[in-house]
Amino acid sequence: MELLTIFIGAVLVNNFVLARFLGICPFLGQSKNVSMAVGMGMSVIFVMTLASAATILIYGSVLVPLGLEYLVTVTFILVIAALVQLVDIVLQKALPALHRTMGIYLVLITTNCAILGLALLNVVKNYDFTKSLIFGLSAGIGFTLALVIMAGIRERLELADVPKPLRGFPITLVLAGLMSIAFMGFSGLVKL
Amino acid sequence: MSLWQEFNKGIIKENPLFRLVLGTCPTLAVTTKAINGVAMGFAVIFVLLGSNIVVSLIRKVTPAKVRIPVFVVVIASFVTIVDLFMAGFFFELHKVMGIFIPLIVVNCIILARAEAFASKYSVMGSVFDALGMGVGYMLALIVVGSIRETLGNGTIFGFDLLSRLGYQNFLIMLLPPGAFVVLGLLMGLMNKLTKQTMES
Repeated sequence: MELLTIFIGAVLVNNFVLARFLGICPFLGQSKNVSMAVGMGMSVIFVMTLASAATILIYGSVLVPLGLEYLVTVTFILVIAALVQLVDIVLQKALPALHRTMGIYLVLITTNCAILGLALLNVVKNYDFTKSLIFGLSAGIGFTLALVIMAGIRERLELADVPKPLRGFPITLVLAGLMSIAFMGFSGLVKL
Repeated sequence: MSLWQEFNKGIIKENPLFRLVLGTCPTLAVTTKAINGVAMGFAVIFVLLGSNIVVSLIRKVTPAKVRIPVFVVVIASFVTIVDLFMAGFFFELHKVMGIFIPLIVVNCIILARAEAFASKYSVMGSVFDALGMGVGYMLALIVVGSIRETLGNGTIFGFDLLSRLGYQNFLIMLLPPGAFVVLGLLMGLMNKLTKQTMES
């Protein structure tokens, strides 16, 4: 039951992009068309789930026993960077077809603040391994949901007559604001 | 390019937030109050200055292939210093900013400046580049924070401004949607004033 709460909370109520402001850069940059958004989203779901599990394991089994909690930022960013590299190499050898579609997005993921943010939130919220895994998966799904919706809207926006100074990022941000209002409708769905 | 120009370019021409669109996540998250913008601005300036100096100093001994991980460790060390310092001396602010202080590590401004500027130029140039970018970012944060605080709470830097005039607080400005809309419209205004567009 609690896992379901975490899932709904991360996908809809406290959506990573629209309520927590994590991963705004790829949200603005990679949402120009739907196929790109789906590719990016899939890579993020995959890496987020892995990173969430890996960082919480390292935090619990290395940092806490050694009393090195203050090194959490340095450790997590290195673990995430190494993990992304590893996924990149494994994917290239094992599933070259998938690597061709996902590869370009993987490079961008290391500096995606949603991944590090997720790892830090796991620690702040005191989640155990299972909860972190679910939280990572659902945060990724929430990110993908927001990204794909935005890409869908922006594809239509191509045909709209937007005032010149607002074209590009500004109108995307205003749109994100409207989406955020819509997502606020989900608040109260679960008690956090 | 003179040192003054290095400093100056970050304020308007290459403002990290409005022109380069870097560091949007912490901007949206912390600017519910103008004072938070000041605190975040100082944190970013410190990290930017520290990492730019160190990266510039070690630029000749860093092998090109591992430079990004090296830069990231340098940045993460400075972020940890800021994080612990704020937790120790500004506990309330630290609590409000939450995970966005450690998240300065992945703030694109810092890595972008290390990679694009400090790894190529002298220490002096890097210092002024860092100061310019940092101050430009802080000013942008203060502008966004002031607008949201004024409209959403009727105050600015905590001083009563609108509420004694019978102003009804526009609560949505303090909530996530307000952040997106204010930043989007400000960016549009900047484009209008500088007669530029962001069409891709």
